Amino acid sequence: MQITVTVNGTERKADIEPRLLLVHLIRDVLGLTGTHIGCDTSNCGACTVLLDDVPVKSCTMFGVQADGRSITTVEGLARNGQLHPIQTAFKEEHGLQCGFCTPAMLLTGAALLDRNPQPTEEEIRWAISGNICRCTGYMNIVKAIEAAGQAMASQKAPAATSS
Amino acid sequence: MLPARFDYHRPETLDEALELMDRFGDEAKVLAGGMSLIPLMKLRFASPANVVDINRIAELSGMSESGGELRVMAVTRNSELETSDLLRKRYPVMAAAAPLISDPIVRNRGTIGGALAHADPAGDWGSVMLALRAQVVARTTSGERVIPIDDLFETTFTTTLLPNEILTEVKVPAPNARSGGAYLKLERKVGDFATVGVAVQLSLDDGHISSAGIGLTAVGTTNVRPGEAEETLVGAEPTEEAFAEAGRRAAAAAEPMTDVRGSAEYKRHVVEVFVRRGLALAQQIAQGS
Repeated sequence: MQITVTVNGTERKADIEPRLLLVHLIRDVLGLTGTHIGCDTSNCGACTVLLDDVPVKSCTMFGVQADGRSITTVEGLARNGQLHPIQTAFKEEHGLQCGFCTPAMLLTGAALLDRNPQPTEEEIRWAISGNICRCTGYMNIVKAIEAAGQAMASQKAPAATSS
Repeated sequence: MLPARFDYHRPETLDEALELMDRFGDEAKVLAGGMSLIPLMKLRFASPANVVDINRIAELSGMSESGGELRVMAVTRNSELETSDLLRKRYPVMAAAAPLISDPIVRNRGTIGGALAHADPAGDWGSVMLALRAQVVARTTSGERVIPIDDLFETTFTTTLLPNEILTEVKVPAPNARSGGAYLKLERKVGDFATVGVAVQLSLDDGHISSAGIGLTAVGTTNVRPGEAEETLVGAEPTEEAFAEAGRRAAAAAEPMTDVRGSAEYKRHVVEVFVRRGLALAQQIAQGS
């Protein structure tokens, strides 16, 4: 089946079998291997991507379901060579150990900050509860998402006062 | 894991979807959120020849309350139910259950209609709908029928829906002013199926319980209504003793299995405790405290 998907802002076309999972479309057909396959059972969340800005587990969707829609993967977070504030915060706060869950944590964190720019620790822990870090590095992941929220708020603050 | 091959259909309207179901019958599966169907297909426990994706049918999404009932369309996502002010104010048992279903990312896809049509005895919505005495609407090209929730679940993963029917909406009778509800769920970790879940709904009238609904999760071949526990409550005063008696009767009605999540004896005990606690919580809400 012919599909068109906007991936990280770029329109991509593919001819795929309906049974191809979204994660395989992203990794094998589109060549974006930043999205990881962990448990393959929708438990671990390593395959999380944003579908029209909403986090979904790409191992539990068919690629054809993304037809005509927009996907953001970890490769789409940085813009014009500039890391997304959440990427900077994960680096600064040591929000990763082995790094396997990191792309998903970044996307889930970014989606949370999008709708709730200043989340409490509780809200962050709640939001990432579908993403497992098998290194159990949650302390710094939570800190990094908190720090990213603060960084984004201080970036936005001047614009808000000048308008 | 790759599912078996299938033909994919993505109708834009309900009528189109119903025609497809008429054409394919039991050769087709309806794809709503896919949070149960896709895992089953990956494991090849299900290999439908046709998948009818109803996610783009706008009329199957959303909820509204009017004429003494709440209508929730089948493809309404759990994440939407979780954040609904209407549910928080008027249907606390639904508001309590929604954020306990699976995990936040799965809730972005999972739907209420899909969950009910899947008929997993460990599903949370089934118990909630038993407690609320809800009905579901099943549509075909030739019309619709309204199915009381007690008549929907036949056995594990099996409903009374016909092969060409699509479950299109859930109808919940609006509660009266002095009512309350609660959902309690014991799970080992976020995203796990319930070890035990209990949904309760109470209405009070002149210091007495005028109606009571209870649904039990993961302690039988379907979601379970412990009828004798409900009966002992109706007409009684909302006292600790009445709630304790209901808990004992609900535990007696439960038929849990010993598995990795706990022994049958333990789960039965949890039912007793959760029914008691849930009723106390529902009473507090009903009394506005």
